[in-house]
Amino acid sequence: MEIKSGLQIERTIKPYLIGLALAVLLTAIPFGLAATGVLPRETTLIIIAALAVLQILVHLSFFLHIDFKTTPRENLVALAFALVLIFIMVGGSLWIMFDLYHRMMV
Amino acid sequence: MSSVARMTISPRDAERYEEKDFGFWLYLMSDAVIFACLFATYLVMVGNTAGGPTPKDVFELDRAAAETALLLLSSTTFGVAAVALSAGDRGKVLLWLAVTFLLGAGFIFLEIGEFTGMIAQGAGPDRSGFLSAFFTLVGTHGFHVSVGLVWIVVMFAQVFFKGLTAPVASRFMRLGLFWHFLDIIWVVIFSVVYLPGVL
Repeated sequence: MEIKSGLQIERTIKPYLIGLALAVLLTAIPFGLAATGVLPRETTLIIIAALAVLQILVHLSFFLHIDFKTTPRENLVALAFALVLIFIMVGGSLWIMFDLYHRMMV
Repeated sequence: MSSVARMTISPRDAERYEEKDFGFWLYLMSDAVIFACLFATYLVMVGNTAGGPTPKDVFELDRAAAETALLLLSSTTFGVAAVALSAGDRGKVLLWLAVTFLLGAGFIFLEIGEFTGMIAQGAGPDRSGFLSAFFTLVGTHGFHVSVGLVWIVVMFAQVFFKGLTAPVASRFMRLGLFWHFLDIIWVVIFSVVYLPGVL
């Protein structure tokens, strides 16, 4: 529940327990796959990446209580901006460095 | 069952806390960008072992799993403390803050053991590009967790001496943002560093 002026203080236990259950599941699967190595390496890496993205969303919504209704718009804009920067830096670095690596090896 | 904030907070104060929350959120986003740079560096460097130990040689999945469990549980116990705060139950806030501190301290204990063990077996940060990037990335996260532990102690003292006043509650919520944020970074660390490392 939101206090008149916006300071959110009301918390219930439910989202934390749901978040914990989902996070445990999303952690156990990739650790299990890495420990047993039942799937080919490439497939495992893709699954790990997908589950990590899912778990980040779980943490954002159940622990940090980020959503499109109550979170102030400027916070969401800052989050979106950070994501764009992260994408450019991580994606850009990998693209450039592995392209360079490839060209120098061949 | 009176809520703390509603008792004491004036609209003007609430606005100030909201501004502080936004400022702290901006700091967290800039922190996320710093971690993204370190992740990019790690991914570029991970193959450069210079004939030294590879990720497979130095990573232990059991320890990473234990570290993950401690950090994830500490996020949840902090949430329980937040629930106690909104119920105005000071004793429970103190209890769950203490539990959160112990779980976080357990994480740091394991990590220090991991780092010293690696350095002892000749896999220190000066050995190769891969290890430099590893210690920088994981060490930066560990440093953040340590700062979080100091903050939890400060928070504990404030709740203990000042009680659940509006300014204390406001700081508590920002500590929550920080603590849960570190958990998110750790999710990326085990997904990018440890799990692909042992595959």
